[in-house]
Amino acid sequence: MSVAISLTVNGKAVWASVDPRTLLVQFIREHLQLTGTHVGCDTAQCGACTVHLNGRAVKSCSMLAVQAQGAEITTIEGLATDGALHPMQAAFRESHGLQCGFCTPGMVMSALALLSDKPNANEQEIREGLDGNLCRCTGYHNIVKSIQLCQSGKAGATA
Amino acid sequence: MTDLSTPPASLIGQSLLRREDYRFLTGAGQYTDDVVLPGQTYGVFLRSPYAHARINSIDLSKAAAAPGVVHIFTGADLAEAKVGGLPCGWLIHSKDGSPMKEPPHPVLAQGKVRHVGDQVALIVAESVLQAKDAAELIEVDYEVLTPVIDITSVEKAGASVHDEVADNVCYDWGHGGKEAVDAAFAKAAHVTTLSFANNRLIPNAMEPRAANAVYTRHDEAYTLYVANQNPHVERLLMCAFVLGLPESKVRVIAPDVGGGFGSKIFLYAEETALVWASKRVGRPIKWTAERSESFLTDAHGRDHATTAELALDEGGHFLAMRVHTIANMGAYLSTFASSVPTILYATLLAGQYKTPAIYAEVKAVFTNTAPVDAYRGAGRPEATYVVERLVETAAREMKIDPAEIRRRNFITEFPYATPVGLTYDIGNYEAHLAKAIAIADVAGFPARKAASAARGKLRGLGYSCYIEACGLAPSNIAGALGARAGLFEAGEVRVHPTGTVTVFTGSHSHGQGHETTFAQVVAAKLGIAVEAVEIVHGDTGRVPFGMGTYGSRSLSVGGTAIVKAVDKVIAKGKKIAAHLLEAADTDIEFENGEFSVKGTDKKVPFGAVALTAYVPHNYPLDKLEPGLNENAFYDPTNFTYPAGSYVCEVEVDPETGKTRVEKFTAVDDFGNIVNPMIVSGQVHGGIAQGLGQAMMEACRYDPESGQLLTGSYMDYTMPRADDLPSFTVDHTVTACTHNPLGVKGCGEAGAIGSPPAFINALTDALGVRDIAMPATAERVWRAANKLA
Repeated sequence: MSVAISLTVNGKAVWASVDPRTLLVQFIREHLQLTGTHVGCDTAQCGACTVHLNGRAVKSCSMLAVQAQGAEITTIEGLATDGALHPMQAAFRESHGLQCGFCTPGMVMSALALLSDKPNANEQEIREGLDGNLCRCTGYHNIVKSIQLCQSGKAGATA
Repeated sequence: MTDLSTPPASLIGQSLLRREDYRFLTGAGQYTDDVVLPGQTYGVFLRSPYAHARINSIDLSKAAAAPGVVHIFTGADLAEAKVGGLPCGWLIHSKDGSPMKEPPHPVLAQGKVRHVGDQVALIVAESVLQAKDAAELIEVDYEVLTPVIDITSVEKAGASVHDEVADNVCYDWGHGGKEAVDAAFAKAAHVTTLSFANNRLIPNAMEPRAANAVYTRHDEAYTLYVANQNPHVERLLMCAFVLGLPESKVRVIAPDVGGGFGSKIFLYAEETALVWASKRVGRPIKWTAERSESFLTDAHGRDHATTAELALDEGGHFLAMRVHTIANMGAYLSTFASSVPTILYATLLAGQYKTPAIYAEVKAVFTNTAPVDAYRGAGRPEATYVVERLVETAAREMKIDPAEIRRRNFITEFPYATPVGLTYDIGNYEAHLAKAIAIADVAGFPARKAASAARGKLRGLGYSCYIEACGLAPSNIAGALGARAGLFEAGEVRVHPTGTVTVFTGSHSHGQGHETTFAQVVAAKLGIAVEAVEIVHGDTGRVPFGMGTYGSRSLSVGGTAIVKAVDKVIAKGKKIAAHLLEAADTDIEFENGEFSVKGTDKKVPFGAVALTAYVPHNYPLDKLEPGLNENAFYDPTNFTYPAGSYVCEVEVDPETGKTRVEKFTAVDDFGNIVNPMIVSGQVHGGIAQGLGQAMMEACRYDPESGQLLTGSYMDYTMPRADDLPSFTVDHTVTACTHNPLGVKGCGEAGAIGSPPAFINALTDALGVRDIAMPATAERVWRAANKLA
């Protein structure tokens, strides 16, 4: 059995016929070949699969693809414009907010949602806001700095 | 277009932004699971639900008929094909001279399973879901056996993990001068004794292990994509010891790898099974671990039970140290497991101190748990924890300031030969201790403690002065100590006709930023723009050879191999330039990307020499080969010895047991630093892992059933952003004396130095002698309230 779905991903309309068991993250990675969204756990704990669904950050490993029927989805591939990094992406680069890069797409998507909810979040609020995302490389130090750089509006100066 | 002819001023020491980041930030990174090959099939492993059981029979009939199943393999297929077991790369001898016990480490279970998650069958199907559905239909008749779990009582467990190792002891090893230590203890004015566990950890790189193997008929060769830190070692071990394949027929590609921390050094059963099975299936097979498989089957870290004693004279001078450790190997000897609690542990027990006599005994035991091997620091965190907990505790017992007791015992003259077999080439321990004390504002601590007390909180301060041995190591010495591999590194510098350069390195980057740091080194040496240098790593089909990335060795060993190759390029370039400039070879100098004749204004740029090497019209063809492409191998003459001083300050809420790290100051001496931004990032991550061990992480098995109790992120507590503070990181510099860059390595320091700093601070806050790692809120609350 398969189910037809249609939705918008990174501004493009997509249609597909999927096994109803298909997770949203599998649809994004395997059907759309958008492999920037990663799977780091099976329990919705690590946040590597975070994407935006209708403007909200969601863990795409804990949703079925069919639940995204009609939705507007943004993945990490949809942030840069004409090759120029989004200010949050630039901030991560300039503050060395990534090392191995595996948690990074989810971290950037969560960071954007965090500042969208709380543009003036202080360090403690940023740390609490990142609680849904695990990073094993950076100790979070430079991720926090990246988000603060983005808040300052100065990200992208050295791109 | 970037001007490729001029380098930015002094590339070494600049925090260049990372060139790998653009792909990672835009979703263009390519990790193993992102690779999909034509005709792709998917592998799923059926794993043991029991810690210890005999397999009476396996019935595949229903599973084989399930939809989408391509093939199912069991241990019987591998035995029939005479596929060997996985090897261990380091031979340790017991005190009585006997070699360690090396029971077979099968790729798929042979008659018995020895830990929960042990692989029993490989199901290959058209999709992951079909393979998983089929796995459910396999009927295995298990005869459940008593599991061996507690490492302190393996001889009395009433069961043997391996039938051929009845007492479950792998080896019983000794190191150092026992008589001298016993004599020193007999005359000591004070003896400090501590018994503790170094808690077992699960590495948890964010990218789960993954592999994708394909056999191609046209060239009768295999290609393996695998999340791995050292693809050449992976290939060597797999070909020579397990599958009996020529290396020329196996290409191992470790593409973007999402963190390793040691856990991706090793040759694992899964990728080995995939490579073997790919020829039988005739299609590529991909397997990606689910996180629960990572918890069950990635090689774990630490897991020691130790009693350690320090003998001191009345002035607080260390006389001798005696250490007894039981180290868990798990169910099988993983690739470098045997070396971790021995060669990488007991040799570091001198720390930064001139303790004249040291003796350590290490008993390694088999248990029905996942294999244990190197995890960030590998032996050195365990050694540092022993030394720095003993030193701090002795200071408190003798009422000597903890910084002062360290100063009294610091090694101050170099080179210094320790009583445990290492020779430190250089260091200045007082310098980083003084700097750390200043930055941490230790002078202001009493006022901060009083302020905390006024709010009902307990504040404590702790030190840790660690040393590590990195840059493994002279191959001949390692060989004499039992290593079954060389420990050099290889590099190739290929100058293209246009003067751009591709560098091939045997090191591997899985977050460390080699593509940036190594390019800085080469661009600085050649006097060209960093954009003109491309770094290639992680592919045995492109890189000549390599030993990979572990033990903080990439820049000191891998970087030196590249520098040696660059030196050969420059030497040949001088000969070409001498011809072009009509001068003697010996009169040519090379600086800032230009070859010039000494004492004249005659010169030719690097790019012109490169072009001449490939278009040799005006060229000394009778004396010199065309081309500009050089290889080098570098075998270090000694370890490097990064060292540092950490100061940790904590505040405890005695009502809840909640502990906050208020300040964490790290001052490290890594020798020269190429990219300070990247180095600081390495320290941050290391400290986070060390604080994770000290505060929250613990791998636990049920002592009765051997089930893994911490098998997901719901149960295994990983540090999250609001568990940690921002860190203050700084440096002092004594350049390494025996590599041309003067570098020592920075990848593991944070994880080595931080656990004792935290526990020393916490015990200070609580006014207790010891507290077990991880110091969870419950343990802290009990200690703060004097409860058992």
